[in-house]
Amino acid sequence: MSKRIEVNDLNVYYSSFLAVEGVSLTIEPRTVTAFIGPSGCGKSTFLRTLNRMHEVIPGARVEGEVLIDGNNLYGAGVDPVLVRRQVGMVFQRPNPFPTMSIGDNVLAGAKLNNKRMSKSEGDDLIEKSLRGANLWNEVKDRLHMPGSGLSGGQQQRLCIARAIAVNPEIILMDEPCSALDPISTLAIEDLIEEMKQEFTIVIVTHNMQQASRVSDRTAFFNIAGTGKPGKLIEYDDTTTMFSNPSVQATEDYVSGRFG
Amino acid sequence: MTMTTTKAPATAMPNALTSGKLPKYSPLWLLAGAFALSIAIFAVVDAAGGEAFNWAGMAVLAVVLFCVLIWLISRLVEGGRKATDRLVTALVSSAFAIALVPLISVTYTVIVKGVARFDLSFFTESMRNVVGAGGGALHAIVGTLLITGMATLISVPIGLLTAIYLVEYGRGRLARGVTFFVDVMTGIPSIVAGLFAFALFALLFDDPGIRFGFGGAVALSVLMIPVVVRSSEEMLKLVPNELREAALALGVPKYLTVLKVVLPTSIAGIITGVMISIARVIGETAPLLIIAGFTASMNYNLFAERMMTLPVFVYNQYASQGTDAQAYLDRAWTGALTLILIVALLNIIARLVAKFLAPKGLR
Ligand SMILES: Nc1ncnc2c1ncn2[C@@H]1O[C@H](COP(=O)(O)OP(=O)(O)OP(=O)(O)O)[C@@H](O)[C@H]1O
Ligand SMILES: [Mg+2]
Repeated sequence: MSKRIEVNDLNVYYSSFLAVEGVSLTIEPRTVTAFIGPSGCGKSTFLRTLNRMHEVIPGARVEGEVLIDGNNLYGAGVDPVLVRRQVGMVFQRPNPFPTMSIGDNVLAGAKLNNKRMSKSEGDDLIEKSLRGANLWNEVKDRLHMPGSGLSGGQQQRLCIARAIAVNPEIILMDEPCSALDPISTLAIEDLIEEMKQEFTIVIVTHNMQQASRVSDRTAFFNIAGTGKPGKLIEYDDTTTMFSNPSVQATEDYVSGRFG
Repeated sequence: MTMTTTKAPATAMPNALTSGKLPKYSPLWLLAGAFALSIAIFAVVDAAGGEAFNWAGMAVLAVVLFCVLIWLISRLVEGGRKATDRLVTALVSSAFAIALVPLISVTYTVIVKGVARFDLSFFTESMRNVVGAGGGALHAIVGTLLITGMATLISVPIGLLTAIYLVEYGRGRLARGVTFFVDVMTGIPSIVAGLFAFALFALLFDDPGIRFGFGGAVALSVLMIPVVVRSSEEMLKLVPNELREAALALGVPKYLTVLKVVLPTSIAGIITGVMISIARVIGETAPLLIIAGFTASMNYNLFAERMMTLPVFVYNQYASQGTDAQAYLDRAWTGALTLILIVALLNIIARLVAKFLAPKGLR
């Protein structure tokens, strides 16, 4: 079900400002890939170009190509809505819909798209997705309560359940644990480990331990200075990246000797 | 069993964090004192001058006295920072009280004078064939409700869609142009809106004496649309961008995101804004005088014949008093009271609706 991502020589601009320059990499299906790098080096920017979410920001545009199983995301006539149904996204801050109950939040992808669904189908999807996000036991008795009444970590897992309910091929996560306590973080890391069976996962993180714990491959981004574009410095197996990277900057960064 | 108790030191150590503090209700006592002093002063002065007691002067002097006293006393007891705090609190509270004076005065006057004719016949009869006492304003109440209702029907779709365009879609020159013209529209004097509607329909139907309710609704819409646009725009902007992104990232098209995420999240605020805009136009007199005209009879048809409205009714009763002047004045006051009650009722409904629709569990 999951798919391979291939990026060829991608540049990302905010109006005239070149934020990310010349990124090429290949992400294999059913792997977890971690993006690491200092603040402002363009990790979020690059991640968003993998499902065209950067287009929500006025002035943002890309050059180059992103292929998902050989289909160019930026080809002529490609509908970003269809892209996003295949490539889901979880954001840094949990953002459940405040007008919807927990159950409706999980079904949001279907409900907002006016998809017809019988009650039992809906209930099954809710249970399956919430179990998939390790949240079912905590919320099964209050599915009709507002989603914003959950704790931050529960909200984030609700957002993950919401993302997997639309059954995407790829899930992008932008610092999904940065607002969470160590226990919720661990719950989400375990979850990523399980989700790997079904999805291709890309995760941005500032936490080196997290990157080394959950990911198979790691990409290190860096900038030469403020106002300069971010670049992909090194991309390799996570064990290699953390034990003997081939670039000095990577070693400095992962060992905390940076700057 | 031994128990270790920490005994209070024999000589109470002064807590380094305390400072002098006025007793809790001292500002109130001081205020009462200031008023007593001021009343005494004015009683003596006015009596000496042989004039009537000057209430306004007394209140001003009392407030000034209070501000000076509280600042001085607080400065002596509590120090400079607290004194400034007390002074600013006093000033802010007096500003609030001053703002309340006209409101209370108007409400009081309208209620006292309007209650005379606040009877059944006022709400069940028109002014047809009435000279002197009696009659009612049913025709005006119906007219106001019909015309304002129609104006709302016209303004809300146009205003709300404009706001959605500006917040969700508008970029560049067109959006800036629309914003500019909405701003300009906000400043249109109501009489100009009335003349616009009159000129429009006089030309359209080639009738230089045209008067009908729908024209009034169009004139009110001109005044109402910018208010609706402005308030809805503010409410839509309050919806966090994260929610839009969350929906888009689920593969929801933009129009469904707006329709099913943005609007439901902001609907309570939008309804409040619409109610405010209704309150803004329901009391308009000048444009309705021009294009809806006035009449003493019932008229349920917006599209033909003159139609009375409450503000015009009030104006008319006052402007053309008959021989029994008091009957006309009483009707005018009751008309004003009815108008205020309608606006108050609308506000209460808006609050209930907003409360009912507001996203739950937030904040
Ligand atoms: N909406 C925007 N408009 C213009 N420039 C932006 C915008 N968002 C980000 N940038 C710029 O693009 C560059 C990369 O930002 P990005 O958010 O991708 O960094 P990041 O690596 O995710 O950082 P962090 O680790 O702090 O999240 C920065 O220089 C930033 O100032
Ligand atoms: Mg980021």
